[in-house]
Amino acid sequence: MVKYILKRLGLALIILIGVSALIYLLVMLMPTDYIDNQTAAAVQSGQMTYEDVQRLKELYGLADKSFTGIVKSYYSWLTSAIQGDLGFSFLYGRPVTQVINDYVWISFLISLIAYVIEIIIAIPMGIKAAVNQYSGYDYTVSVFAMMATALPAFFLAALLMNVFSIKLGWFPLQGLTTATKIFDPNDWWGIFLDKAWHLVLPIVTLTLLNIGGLMRYTRTNMLEVMNSDYIRTARAKGLSEKTVVNKHAFRNTLIPLVTTLSGMLPGLFSGAMITETVFSLPGIGYMALRATLQGDIPFVMGYNLFLSALTIIGYIISDIMYTVVDPRVQISK
Amino acid sequence: MNNQLYKNEKHNLSAEKNTKKIEQGRLAKKEREAVNSSESDNFKALSPTRMVAKRFFRSSLSVVGLTMVIFVFVFSFLGPTLVKGIWDYGETEVFHIPRESQLLSTASFEGADGRTYEYYDKSTSTITVKSPPSAEHPLGTDTNGFDILIRLMYGGRISLMISFLTVFLQLIIGIFLGGLAGYYGGWVDQVIMRIVDIFASLPGLPILLVLSAVIASIESIPAEHRIYYLMGFLTLISWTGIARLVRGQILSLREQEFMLAAETTGIKSSRKILKHLIPNTIPQLIVSATLSLGGVILYESTLSYFGIGVPFPRAAWGSMIAMADPSKGQEILANYPNMWLPAGILIVITVLGFNFVGDGLRDAFDPRQKR
Repeated sequence: MVKYILKRLGLALIILIGVSALIYLLVMLMPTDYIDNQTAAAVQSGQMTYEDVQRLKELYGLADKSFTGIVKSYYSWLTSAIQGDLGFSFLYGRPVTQVINDYVWISFLISLIAYVIEIIIAIPMGIKAAVNQYSGYDYTVSVFAMMATALPAFFLAALLMNVFSIKLGWFPLQGLTTATKIFDPNDWWGIFLDKAWHLVLPIVTLTLLNIGGLMRYTRTNMLEVMNSDYIRTARAKGLSEKTVVNKHAFRNTLIPLVTTLSGMLPGLFSGAMITETVFSLPGIGYMALRATLQGDIPFVMGYNLFLSALTIIGYIISDIMYTVVDPRVQISK
Repeated sequence: MNNQLYKNEKHNLSAEKNTKKIEQGRLAKKEREAVNSSESDNFKALSPTRMVAKRFFRSSLSVVGLTMVIFVFVFSFLGPTLVKGIWDYGETEVFHIPRESQLLSTASFEGADGRTYEYYDKSTSTITVKSPPSAEHPLGTDTNGFDILIRLMYGGRISLMISFLTVFLQLIIGIFLGGLAGYYGGWVDQVIMRIVDIFASLPGLPILLVLSAVIASIESIPAEHRIYYLMGFLTLISWTGIARLVRGQILSLREQEFMLAAETTGIKSSRKILKHLIPNTIPQLIVSATLSLGGVILYESTLSYFGIGVPFPRAAWGSMIAMADPSKGQEILANYPNMWLPAGILIVITVLGFNFVGDGLRDAFDPRQKR
């Protein structure tokens, strides 16, 4: 087992280096970077010359955009990245790792709450739909799940904002705190309530977006289990349908569910770029979008590498969980 | 009728719940129908394609999905031609429809003398854009005075074109690399699959944003060519699924007897791959391609929403919804649902349609399928 995990981690490292090289190449091909954006006005008015800008870029290792130049600067980026230093964000003026650490938690909180709600709602509904296959309930759940997966995040968010913030006025439109209210710093309960109130719509959006997939996944797996021989055996020995479903079928359905759900855990840190942007929440996704559009190369690099690492860790976790949850699975490699 | 007996037996053994009984009763009825129909056209063997079609059209969801897809196609490919032919205007035709807009502002405040003052102001101005729905413009006009309905049609056209071409490119790359990896195995497989791993771990949306920003800022690329690059990028981040699918299929097909037979005839590998292996993966490929059409439409509309997809004067569903972005003011989100709601509904219809059709096809192709 340990050997298997080590092997997977080694492979993950190679993939990660490959991914980072690819992203670096793409990012370096961005023709405008933050320095250009910031100095454009100064160059235009003659306060800075083109040579000044070039010198500034050289300072950050961004001047040489030929292939060898990119390779050279990638090498220096990689050596410091291995030591845990992802560079300095131009836009936010702080080290990239610190910026990620500052904004990732709010994203994680939203995603985690949405994830828990999804599990609580989607799994029972998926199972009920599978048990009553082809019933009205099953069709309703399936169509609802399909609708949820077909909705674009920004459209769902616009709908929710239109109904719940503008028409009904129950929830605030955007942001994380009420700008017009001044809170006593000691009034932590008031601040907490205010923030929670702002987070309701984003969490609902995220939940609705992801619930359909989980529902369908549960239903498909439950159907597969319900058609297997050991369920027939359980029925043949005269067990009540309730026992068959709850004890025999459900526990076997849990195998793929636990595997997939645990693989989704690292992804909770990645931030919901669209939802956060539409609701103007200061999460990591929104920050990354701003940084990308402004050409903040170090931050874009750091964030994308962070996301790839999360994806790869997710794969590894779900593979390991598979062998943990299902004793029939042996590690062959 | 043997089957029927078996069903009844099973029915007696396990029938506890009412719902279960009904379901099995229904199943038995279906079975009976199936037996009857196969008796009636006993001497006419259905071709595999016709069998798939029959199973496909039996499911109501896939028929609904097909109707949705056909609707969107007719709407976005026939619609513009029709409008162009009859009324002669396109997606960037500006209509100035003057109307009076009244701005009412009231306030009450307490003056320095302690008395309460009422403030009332009514200003009337004439605006020519954002006209409400009318007979000539069923969905009204937008902030630029463009007709919304015609823009929806053009937006659909570009979305569908991008998604079909992207999926086509995906299939070419995926079949080629997946086929090589699956057929040759060994180091070829290792190298290709590691490349697949790398591309699969790329974060989709952020990378698309970076790439689109690159293209948007290169001035030598004309704006109308940007969408072709866009298709390339969408392919770049999404071909890995197809490659994995093809490789997996070929790995299992390679071991079957018919491949041994093909081997003994001594034909070239390229022929073995193209004539014997790839055709067998086509059912799965069709399903997977149909399902990814919807995914590509979602990606494209997201990029257009952020303003880096289909460039401005051209219409795109995503950028039409972006007009309702509350960061640019709540006015459109609150008062002009005719500007953004139809675009969103069309996205949902299209994606849902493709997903229903894809699901229906998967069930129809599946030989284990009972229904």
